Amino acid sequence: MDKFRMIFQFLQSNQESFMNGICGIMALASAQMYSAFDFSCPCLPRYNLAYGLGILLVPPFILFLLGLVLNNNISMLTEEWRRPQGQRRKDPAVLRYMFCSMAQRAMIAPVVWISVTLLDGKCITCAFCTLVPLELLGNTSHPSLSQGEMKQVLARIPCKEIYNGQELIANEVAIRYLRCISQALGWCFVLLMTTLAFLVRSLRPCFTQAAFLKSRYWSHYIDIERKLFEETCAEHARSFAKVCIQQFFEGMSTDLVATHCHPPRKATANAGEATEKLLGITDQSTMNTALKSWHRCKPPLNLHPPALPSGNGWAGEEQPSVHAPVPQREIAAYYSQV
Amino acid sequence: MDRFRMIFQYFQSNTESVMNGICGLLALASMKMYSCFDFSCPCLPQYNMAYGLGIMFVPPIALFLCGLMLNRQSLVMLEEWRRPQGHRKKDLAVIRYMCSSIMQRAMVAPVVWIIVTLLDGKCLICAFSCSVDPEKFVGFANVSPVQVQQLLAKVPCKDDELMRNNTSRKAVSRYLHCWSQALGWSILLILIIAAFLTRWLRPCFNQATFLQARHWSNYIDIEQKIFEETCCEHSRLFAHKCILHFFESMQQEIKLHSFSLPREREGAGGEDNILCSITDQDQVNKLLKMWYNEKPPLNVSQV
Repeated sequence: MDKFRMIFQFLQSNQESFMNGICGIMALASAQMYSAFDFSCPCLPRYNLAYGLGILLVPPFILFLLGLVLNNNISMLTEEWRRPQGQRRKDPAVLRYMFCSMAQRAMIAPVVWISVTLLDGKCITCAFCTLVPLELLGNTSHPSLSQGEMKQVLARIPCKEIYNGQELIANEVAIRYLRCISQALGWCFVLLMTTLAFLVRSLRPCFTQAAFLKSRYWSHYIDIERKLFEETCAEHARSFAKVCIQQFFEGMSTDLVATHCHPPRKATANAGEATEKLLGITDQSTMNTALKSWHRCKPPLNLHPPALPSGNGWAGEEQPSVHAPVPQREIAAYYSQV
Repeated sequence: MDRFRMIFQYFQSNTESVMNGICGLLALASMKMYSCFDFSCPCLPQYNMAYGLGIMFVPPIALFLCGLMLNRQSLVMLEEWRRPQGHRKKDLAVIRYMCSSIMQRAMVAPVVWIIVTLLDGKCLICAFSCSVDPEKFVGFANVSPVQVQQLLAKVPCKDDELMRNNTSRKAVSRYLHCWSQALGWSILLILIIAAFLTRWLRPCFNQATFLQARHWSNYIDIEQKIFEETCCEHSRLFAHKCILHFFESMQQEIKLHSFSLPREREGAGGEDNILCSITDQDQVNKLLKMWYNEKPPLNVSQV
C-alpha cells in the first residue's frame, strides 16, 4: 500500500504540472522547428501564395492536433461522453471544462509558431510579394510590362539571386516593406493573444465561480479514478499471475508424485522450507517437463477454489495441505491492503 | 534524489511507459542519423532516382525492424499466438490489440525519417530532377533531349562546373524543394489527423472489449515476467543445493581417503563442515579438478 500511495501522490501532484510541462516543451519545440526548417520560397507566381500561407497555417494546425493527441485525457473525455449512464449521472459542465482545458493547453504551440513566423517575416514576404504597391514603392517611369510578366518579376522578390526587376522596384525596398507589415501583424497578434488570455483568466471569477470549481473538482476526480482503477487492475493481475504460477507448479509436482511414485519427502526441520521453495522440482527432467508444459499447455485462467478467501460455502472443509496457506496468504494480504 | 528514484521506478514498473520511452528514443535517433548522414547525389541520369528513393525508403524499413526487435512485447505476442491451446483458450482480440500497439510504436521512427527527409528536400530533388518538365524553365527550354537529361541530372550538385551559377538550376531546385516540403507537411497533417481521430473516437467503438483486451494483454506480460522470476529463483535454490551436495560428497570422499581428520569437529555448523575437510591446497585443487571433470548430476531429490 505504501508503494501505491507513493505512486498515487506522484501522479496527483504532477498531473497538472505534467501537462503544463508537455505544453512548454511543445512550445519550445515549435520555435526550434521553425528555426530548423529550411524555408525556400518557390518564387513562381501561383506557388508563392500557396507556399507562404501553407507554412503559416498548416504547421499550427498540426501542432494543435498533436497537443490534443499527446493529452491522455482526450480519450477519457470521449469515454465519459459516450458511456452508458448506469448509476452515475453525467454532467455536461464537467465535459465542457475538460475540453476547454485541453484545448487551451493545445493552443499554445500553434500560437508560438504563428507569432514566430510573422515576426520573422519570410512567409508574408513570400506569400504577398506579388501584391506590393508599385505606385508607392516602384519606379513609375519604367516601361510597363504585361500583367503576367509583372507578376513573374515580382514573384522573384524573395529570391535575391534570381531577381531581375531592380529597375522596376528595388529588392531591398520591397522586402523591407513586406517585413515591416509582417512584423506589425506579428506584434498585433501577440498582443491580441495575451490580452485574450489575460481577460479569460482575470474575468473568470466574475462568472459562475462556484460552478467552475465544481466542474474542475469532478474532472480531476474522474481522471484520478481512472488512473487508480488501472493501477488496481495491474496489482490484481500481478497477484493473479503469482497464484496461477504457484498452482501450476503445485499441479506439476502432484502429477509427478502420482505418475513416478516418488517416495514421500522427508520433511526435516532444516530442509523443509528450502524444499518447499523448490516447488517440488528437484531434477533436470522434471524442470524440463515443467517448462515444456508451460509452453504447450498453459494453465487455465481460473484459480482453484482452495486458494480463494474462505467463503461460507466450504467452511466445513479441513485445512488444505502445506502449500495452500502460501497462496491464501497472498490473496488475503491483497484484499486487506485494499 | 528520491523523486528521481520514484520517477525511474514508476517508468520501469509500467511496461507501456518503457515502450513509449524506447519509441521516443528511436525517433530522436532517426532524426540524428539523418542529420549526420552525408547525402551525396550521384548526379547521373539513371542513378539519381535509385539513390534518392533508396535513401528515402530503405532506412525506414531498417528502423521499423529495429522498433519491432527492441519491443519486448513482440516476443510475448508471438508466443501467445503460436502456443498450443492447452487448458487456456486463446483470445484473438488480445493478440490483435498487442499487434496493433506494437505496430503503432514501431512506425514512429520510420515516419519521422520520411518526414524529415521530405522537409529537408535533398532526396526528392535528387530523385526527381530528371522528371521535371524542361519547358517551364528558361535555361533548359531549347536544348536537345539527351543533353537536357544530363543537365537536369546535375541540378542537385551545386558545385558542378556546368551548374555553379546557372539560375535555371536554382529555379528547378527551388521548385522541387517546394514540392518536397508541401508533400512532407501534407503527409504529417494526414497522419496527425488519423492519430487524433483514432484517439478521440476509440471509446465510441467497443470500449468494453478494448478494456478487456488491454487488461489481458498486460496480464500475459506480467505473468511471463513473474514466471521468469520464479524460474530464476528456483534455479538459484537448485544450484545452491546441488553445490552443497557436491561439497558434502567431496568431503565424504576425502574422509574415506585420509585418516587424519579431526572427528570432533563434525557436529559444527555448515561452513565449518565444508572448511574442515578441505583445508589444504591439494584438497582444494582436487575439488576444483573434480568440479571440472565430473560435474554433479542435476538431481537434488535425494538431498
